[in-house]
Amino acid sequence: MAPLLELEDVRARYGPVQALHGVSLSVEEGQIVAVLGANGAGKTTTLRAISNTVRRDGEIRFAGRTLGRGGPDDVARLGIAHVPEGRGTFSELSVWENLRLGAYVRRGSIKAELARVSAYFPWIADRRNQQAGTLSGGEQQMLALARAFMQRPRLLLLDEPSLGLAPRLVTEIFRIIKDLNDDGLTVLVVEQNAHIALQLAQKAYVLEVGRVALSGPSAELQAHESVRRSYLGY
Amino acid sequence: MTELARKLRAVTQRRESAVSTGVSIPVVVIIAAAAVFLVIGSLSSSIFAQQTVAGLAQGAIFASLALALVLIYRATEVINFAQGEMAMASTFIAYQLTLWGLSYWAAFFAALGISFVLGVVIQLVVIRPVQHRSVIAVVIVTVGLFILIDGLVTWKWGADLKFMQAPFGNTVYHVGSVAFSRQDIGVLVVSILSVILLGILFRYTKLGLAMRAAALRPASAALVGVRVNWMLAIGWGLAAVLGAVAGLMTEPSQFLQPTMMQPILLYAFAAAVLGGLESPGGAVIGGLLLGVFLNLIGQYVGFATSELRLPIAFGVLLVVLLVKPNGLFGRKQVRRV
Repeated sequence: MAPLLELEDVRARYGPVQALHGVSLSVEEGQIVAVLGANGAGKTTTLRAISNTVRRDGEIRFAGRTLGRGGPDDVARLGIAHVPEGRGTFSELSVWENLRLGAYVRRGSIKAELARVSAYFPWIADRRNQQAGTLSGGEQQMLALARAFMQRPRLLLLDEPSLGLAPRLVTEIFRIIKDLNDDGLTVLVVEQNAHIALQLAQKAYVLEVGRVALSGPSAELQAHESVRRSYLGY
Repeated sequence: MTELARKLRAVTQRRESAVSTGVSIPVVVIIAAAAVFLVIGSLSSSIFAQQTVAGLAQGAIFASLALALVLIYRATEVINFAQGEMAMASTFIAYQLTLWGLSYWAAFFAALGISFVLGVVIQLVVIRPVQHRSVIAVVIVTVGLFILIDGLVTWKWGADLKFMQAPFGNTVYHVGSVAFSRQDIGVLVVSILSVILLGILFRYTKLGLAMRAAALRPASAALVGVRVNWMLAIGWGLAAVLGAVAGLMTEPSQFLQPTMMQPILLYAFAAAVLGGLESPGGAVIGGLLLGVFLNLIGQYVGFATSELRLPIAFGVLLVVLLVKPNGLFGRKQVRRV
């Protein structure tokens, strides 16, 4: 079976700076795939290339169809949810309005999704009228996951879910990502925290200066000499 | 730009972005005190009551136009200097429709529909191409629109006064010793009703939510599938509709001419700044307060003749900018990392 998402020789640049020099990767349906790498390796740009928030060359196929060059709104409508760096929270709006926006592209009732979201994040129902910008960093990350879930995507793109969070919260967030995956959601996650990302993912790619330097099953990468030295620190 | 630099910027943006609407307690007290003052005054003096109602009717017009300014300011981050002229053009369109035989209210609603379409078209054709260049470019385009619309209307209909059917008639109601003109009540009801309907659209509908999201966070809105460009265009359309209401409600008290909305636009600026440019509720309250304030000053302060109305409105604007630059309902920064 063809992978759910396939990138072939994807290139992208910011002005004169080439950020991606031909990245190819694939994500099978139902998997969690991690993209690792140092700052400036092109992890965020890879996600942005998929969601069309940066102009790119090369081919991206999703669910057997080639993605066009429309805007990010077109990609969202195909069933790809992107939680960007900065989490994409609508800070000025309430928690509840953030969730409704998550479900924006869906028609009909969203009661079932709300119930599911409340099951994952029990605090959300009680604080639905709170202004989202006043939530703590961890809560905002959970809200971002909840918002993406409301979209009922086939593929979730996550940019550094651990950024700025205390270790306990990081564990909590990744447990929730695992739960979502167990329920059938495919996830492509970009992470600086290679340790936790490799525990979670079945497969990982290591980017170096805009290229795929290494890839393979997480277990293999965990055992790999240079990955251990550069990203795991032992 | 390196990824590091972008990440740093994202982090600082996040710091600044945790913003809340600041309705402070002193502001609530001031507004409550003003309301109590107006009620007590109206109960003790019939002239005061008449002037208050007439002021509210005037203020409701300022409020509609101020709200149109705020809508566009939130979506496009500029003051639309052509808002008053767009409103004037809508009024002329309604006038033309009545000449063609439509009844007043048929022409009224048809003009609102036409204004919506024209507002959308203006955003698509002249605003969108310059929107991402710079704020000043958009401002210049709106000033150009001002001149263009003014010229087109004068060319088509001439600069002399026109007369349109009166929508509310000349009836005067007497409650005790107080006389209310049916026209003031009608203007007040129509303006406030349109403001409330718009509020309902923004607060309770999916379209309204998407429009707010597109204005506040265009990048995030696009990521959840909102058609951001369309939302901004619809925002201009709705602002044009509100302006049309303001124009049509101005007409009964001062006849139709190409310059009719220019003073009203200046009052609307003052009202919008008083409310805090980013706050729709603030624009409405600012408009009503300004209308009543100007009327009462005119009634009770001997030297404040009608020639001084506009300077007084500017005095209000200046005081607000000096004392409380964010206006009554302006946003305060609440930081959270």
